[in-house]
Amino acid sequence: MGPDVLLRAALIMITLALFISLVRVIQGPTLPDRVVAVDLIGISSVCLMVLEAAVSKEPAFLDAAVVIALLGFLGTVAYARYAERKGRE
Amino acid sequence: MMAWATGWLALAGATLVLLAAIGVVRMPDIFTRMQAATKASTLGLGCLVTAAAIALPDSSSVVRAVSIAAFVMLTSPVSNHVIARAAYLTKVPLWKGTVVDEWSSSRDIQSSDW
Repeated sequence: MGPDVLLRAALIMITLALFISLVRVIQGPTLPDRVVAVDLIGISSVCLMVLEAAVSKEPAFLDAAVVIALLGFLGTVAYARYAERKGRE
Repeated sequence: MMAWATGWLALAGATLVLLAAIGVVRMPDIFTRMQAATKASTLGLGCLVTAAAIALPDSSSVVRAVSIAAFVMLTSPVSNHVIARAAYLTKVPLWKGTVVDEWSSSRDIQSSDW
């Protein structure tokens, strides 16, 4: 029993969160619902990378987290622009 | 001592992220889902980034961790505002218990230019 148990529990909970938001991606009735869920999956992946950096004492995971955060933001904004233009026509 | 602080902060952050995911599945319409997802996950990421900064105390890791937190805290409201706007303009149905919808009565709703 040590602090490691807490870190393992946190890793399991974030993995669970990824799969739970995958449920919304699959069954979301409209496209924006799916985009919100995919955005949450992106943030959860960033959380997983940051936590893995803390668990394994390996700072390279932080770089991966920066890249995932950037790509998730750009993807979301690109989708919203596309959807709004399509909705106006 | 520092290892325990890392562990409890990581557990708090993971709990918040899990609550965000549960909110996205359980909430009734897209706008309530969105507010569950955005706020809880941003706060959870803040806790996790603090945990990582305590676990890796050298200066380059701390700077990267703080920049991740600052970036997500700046972009997450922007991206969710933009999705909410697109969802409203493409007429995604609101929850049947919605009480107030101020935008539906304003005239400039279709005059976006981007």
